[in-house]
Amino acid sequence: MDKKSVHTVMLDRDKCKGCISCMKRCPTEAIRVRGGKAKVLYERCIGCGECVRICPHQAKLPVYDSFDKIFDYKYRVAVPAPSLFGQFNNLKSVDLILNGLLEIGFDDVYEVAVGAELISQKTRELMEQGKLKKPIISSACPAVVELIYMRYKGLTDHVVDLVAPAEVALKLAREKALQKGIPAEDIGVFFISPCPAKVFALKNPVTAGSGVADGVLSISELYFKLLPVLPKIKDVKPLSKTGVLGLRWAACGGECYGIENEKYLAADGMENVINVLREMENDSLNYIDFIELGACPSGCVGGVLNVENPFAARARLRTFRHILEPSKNALDASEFDEEFFHWDHEPEVEDIFRLDADFATALKKMREIEDLYAKLPHLDCGQCGAPSCRAFAEDVVNGDTIIEKCPKIKDETD
Amino acid sequence: MSDALHLEFEVSGNNFVSAGGASDEVKKTLKMLGIAPQFIRKVAIAMYEGEINMVIHAGGGRAIVDIYREKIVIVLKDEGPGIPNIELALTEGYSTATDNIRDLGFGAGMGLPNMKKYTDEFNLESEVGKGTTVTMVVNFF
Repeated sequence: MDKKSVHTVMLDRDKCKGCISCMKRCPTEAIRVRGGKAKVLYERCIGCGECVRICPHQAKLPVYDSFDKIFDYKYRVAVPAPSLFGQFNNLKSVDLILNGLLEIGFDDVYEVAVGAELISQKTRELMEQGKLKKPIISSACPAVVELIYMRYKGLTDHVVDLVAPAEVALKLAREKALQKGIPAEDIGVFFISPCPAKVFALKNPVTAGSGVADGVLSISELYFKLLPVLPKIKDVKPLSKTGVLGLRWAACGGECYGIENEKYLAADGMENVINVLREMENDSLNYIDFIELGACPSGCVGGVLNVENPFAARARLRTFRHILEPSKNALDASEFDEEFFHWDHEPEVEDIFRLDADFATALKKMREIEDLYAKLPHLDCGQCGAPSCRAFAEDVVNGDTIIEKCPKIKDETD
Repeated sequence: MSDALHLEFEVSGNNFVSAGGASDEVKKTLKMLGIAPQFIRKVAIAMYEGEINMVIHAGGGRAIVDIYREKIVIVLKDEGPGIPNIELALTEGYSTATDNIRDLGFGAGMGLPNMKKYTDEFNLESEVGKGTTVTMVVNFF
């Protein structure tokens, strides 16, 4: 069985034209065009959502749970990511959105921002103790963690083994409901997510955060449920525990802000993330203490399950800085058990790039790849169904395609 | 000794943007061959430093790489100005880099010392006016 039982993207085969947009864009070369349709090689997919973002035909469908799933539970808790609050124009208070969530069917809310503030505190503590290998890489973006464990195995000991803020909030939300005396089987906690990578992270047994959410919903679906009810809310109850510290996690750099250390680096967007990791491999970032990496442009507000343009969302969130307190959750991370914040296991990622377990065979294949690559046109045109001539050469040697798929080679043999 | 995979790269001079390209290729190849991450890290650091050195001091050069089951041999060859005092050049913190190179974040005087530190064998041959050849070996066991 495929260890990654839940995927982040599905293909609408009717809409897919077999154009090469997603294949060319995929940062891990996890897409091939086969039989005129884009095919994801799931063992290589890190769930970043780039293909969803780039597809001109809306054929790439991000995977998430339908809103209706909440009604499978008697007591429903919404756990919204802070990027949700950046989706609405002229929003004067976070409370309005939280009240809106109660209006559309939830019984309680628990903000991810609270989890974020606790993780910030925990990270600061670990950094002060000096036990972590610098530069420390944040583990908040699941696509980045997956990328490192798949492609940059030499850097895994830099990744801080803390769970994501959503996971902290989901666990606290469930605890709160249990404390109210609600029977465990009646409780449904639902993360409202800006991206499919978090869906993947919270649902797959091979990742660290599996099993803590009863469902993962998309910000975009919730947005359209909330829009009609928000103007009707007259009595806005104070519910929010979001502070500026937690809210800022929604955009790139926000996490660094919570670290209270100036030797940080924050990069967003897959291309930039990869460049930073490559530099780290060369040890050229050894003067940095903390590295925040977000797969999406601008950070979580750039996730493909959002509605609003990430730059606009970011601008809106900025207006909250004057309204919100720095922090108001009144929780202290040091009062929790140590395990509460740590991964219970490291992500399990297959060594998919290794050509063969036997060195001699791998070497032989590598040589074949080099020889074949030398004969290819180096145009990276994608006509063969592979994202680059290099990837095509690898595919041919691995027996996944045939050399005649290259238009240049075919011309020569005809 | 087992069969080797032979790779050669042109390292172009005065181009910081593409510097590190050869070591990136070697890293990728080692990953595909299943070499353990701790060895790849050593190769990455040493080879990147070496590439940067050729860019800064020698206007580029060639990287000749042979990968065996048990080790990697990296030869960095340039036809630059050569190193007058090798012992001094291998001292931590010693640097000949100009201010504009230092402004780019290079030239901390750790290049050659780091290359030596991260490799199992390190040999430097240099003749003033002719060029420099650095040979580095990282063992995989």
